[in-house]
Amino acid sequence: MRHIISILMENEAGALSRVAGLFSARGYNIESLTVAPTEDETLSRMTIVTRGSDEIIEQINKQLNKLIEVVAVMDLSEGEHLERELMLVKVRAEGAAREEIKRMADIFRGRIIDVSNHTYTIELTGSGTKLDSFLQAIDRSLILETVRTGASGIGRGDRILKL
Amino acid sequence: MELTGAEIAIRCLQEEGVEYVFGYPGGAVLFIYDALFNQEKVKHILVRHEQAAVHAADGYARSTDKVGVALVTSGPGVTNAVTGIATAYMDSIPMVVISGQVPTSYIGEDAFQEVDTVGITRPCVKHNFLVKDVNDIAITIKKAFYLAKSGRPGPVLVDIPKDISLAKARFEYPQSVAIRSYNPVLKAEAGALKQAVHLLLEAKRPMIYTGGGVILSEAAKPLAELVRLLGFPCTSTLMGLGGYPETDKQFLGMLGMHGTLEANMAMQDCDVLLAVGARFDDRVIGNVKHFGSVPRKIIHIDIDPASISKRVQVDVPLVGDVAHVLQDMLAVLKASKHKPDTAALAPWWKQIEEWRSRNSLSFKNSLEVIKPQYVVQKLYEITHGEAFVTSDVGQHQMWAAQHYKFDQPRRWINSGGLGTMGFGLPAAMGVQLAHPGATVACVTGEGSIQMNIQELSTCKQFRLPIKIIALNNRYLGMVRQWQEFFHGNRYAESYMDALPDFVKLAEAYGHVGIRVDKPSDVEGALKEAFARKDDLVFLDFRTDPTENVFPMVPGGKGLSDVLMAEDI
Repeated sequence: MRHIISILMENEAGALSRVAGLFSARGYNIESLTVAPTEDETLSRMTIVTRGSDEIIEQINKQLNKLIEVVAVMDLSEGEHLERELMLVKVRAEGAAREEIKRMADIFRGRIIDVSNHTYTIELTGSGTKLDSFLQAIDRSLILETVRTGASGIGRGDRILKL
Repeated sequence: MELTGAEIAIRCLQEEGVEYVFGYPGGAVLFIYDALFNQEKVKHILVRHEQAAVHAADGYARSTDKVGVALVTSGPGVTNAVTGIATAYMDSIPMVVISGQVPTSYIGEDAFQEVDTVGITRPCVKHNFLVKDVNDIAITIKKAFYLAKSGRPGPVLVDIPKDISLAKARFEYPQSVAIRSYNPVLKAEAGALKQAVHLLLEAKRPMIYTGGGVILSEAAKPLAELVRLLGFPCTSTLMGLGGYPETDKQFLGMLGMHGTLEANMAMQDCDVLLAVGARFDDRVIGNVKHFGSVPRKIIHIDIDPASISKRVQVDVPLVGDVAHVLQDMLAVLKASKHKPDTAALAPWWKQIEEWRSRNSLSFKNSLEVIKPQYVVQKLYEITHGEAFVTSDVGQHQMWAAQHYKFDQPRRWINSGGLGTMGFGLPAAMGVQLAHPGATVACVTGEGSIQMNIQELSTCKQFRLPIKIIALNNRYLGMVRQWQEFFHGNRYAESYMDALPDFVKLAEAYGHVGIRVDKPSDVEGALKEAFARKDDLVFLDFRTDPTENVFPMVPGGKGLSDVLMAEDI
């Protein structure tokens, strides 16, 4: 099953490699991983999307907690949560397609953030499936480049991961 | 007054009460060696290879309940140390390794003797640090000792670049240290404890399975009290031997791949299992599906939550320090109105005695050729079961574990998790230094001993009167045994041709060597060796090259699929 795990960790050099190393050493898979410092500059917040049986997810949680630099771990998928991913897509935008892509971006609430004679660069935020749907909705041959951040997650309401 | 980083590092070791540092100098640690030279509190033991430095620190730690300390230089110093660090990590041994690093301005430039030490050691340490500011040395070393010893112990590495060891700072050793993300739990949850005691008192076919955690947490006393109070059978892993007196009637011997029939059968057939500081590893429970095919309730005491339900689902987890949890368990047990079900225990013990009567460790002794088991039995007799015994890895290790009966903790010193050949001799050095007057024997094979044979030179320099018991069968015995059982007798590269004359070799290093070819000479040779209190004696026992270790649970099989000597 897919799980989205939030980690609060010391904002120190090498902390990321401990987490990444743990996943590769123990054969856990990482679908996506995002990390950046929080409002408290001594802490970083990481979101990992992974897949595994209940036993494996339990081990992932325990093994993450065992890392000295990890301050707190929360499996967001155990409760109500929100997740968002940012994607930038550069597409060929010429002739009739130029109008069509603009319309499609509007439908998906994307924003065109860069324009050239031949291209648009579209910014799109949402769940992973929404981003997938957008890519399927536009003519594949027009896609020049995509870059995605991977999911960032947060609990709903009073579910808070904070020190 | 300001001190150099190197001086600060040594002052920290003094503050931690470090008696011995095992190490080898080199470019990146020259300032640290200079600081060592200028003081007398911390003694340095110069080894002949960095792997041995770490194993010696490890042996010191295992035999004392103190933190072992090793000091190595950058690059090859560190890479040589890695096997030792991984050995300590797998067996949860408290250790601090200080390594030199190239100057900070050179890091990342592929400098001479540069290696990414923090990166290379990351998967085999509890934690590691690269110190980038001389002001951080003291707090980092304080943290290193705290991390190494607390919670589930393990090796911690502190990497100090050369310029940092030269830079100056004020020295003040922190009295205490707190790490906000690290709070090991000592006491188990009260509700779970009650549930555990309830299960134990209801048990019809109970079993107590103990491991290295008993030794690490100094829990031998409460364990013995609990086992006797309950009247249950008790077994131990390779790592836990000595945690419960082996000569006691309630002890069923070691379990696992080469465990006794009674220990393995009772482990498999029990209805309530109390696991104490043990981790259900593959060499202990064999095939995990086969083990899980029998319904039983499992109570698991471990300080590391990640060890619980890792391979085997546990019914009652007790996360905490083994000694604390056992003491609390005893209190709950004594307060309970109920007593163990003795009516149910009687037939269970009867069944166990039936298994025990098959005498699964028996072997056919010989008048012509020395049987390795016989040597270990004689070693046990002559040392009155009180020696510190280190071992290497292979058949000799299993025979030592099976036939030397350890009644006290910290007497049996071996590499259980990583299975590191070459561990025995350097570990014995650490043990002998920690216990200067004690009898220290290193049971080894002609394969393993050659993996750190150069340490005979260290033993000479520091006058370490270790007794090396080499069970020399001219084969990599355990490899040969597997090839015989599972690879159609094709002995690929398991024969040790062109062996050195170990007697002459021992003499070349300035020690005493004795070669023993006949069974009738075994006892006399051992007596002579142990009578030489001040000498290292290398006993080269020419043992039966065809002897195998029994009983055996073949890899991937279940605990009740035991191969006995008579089956072959």
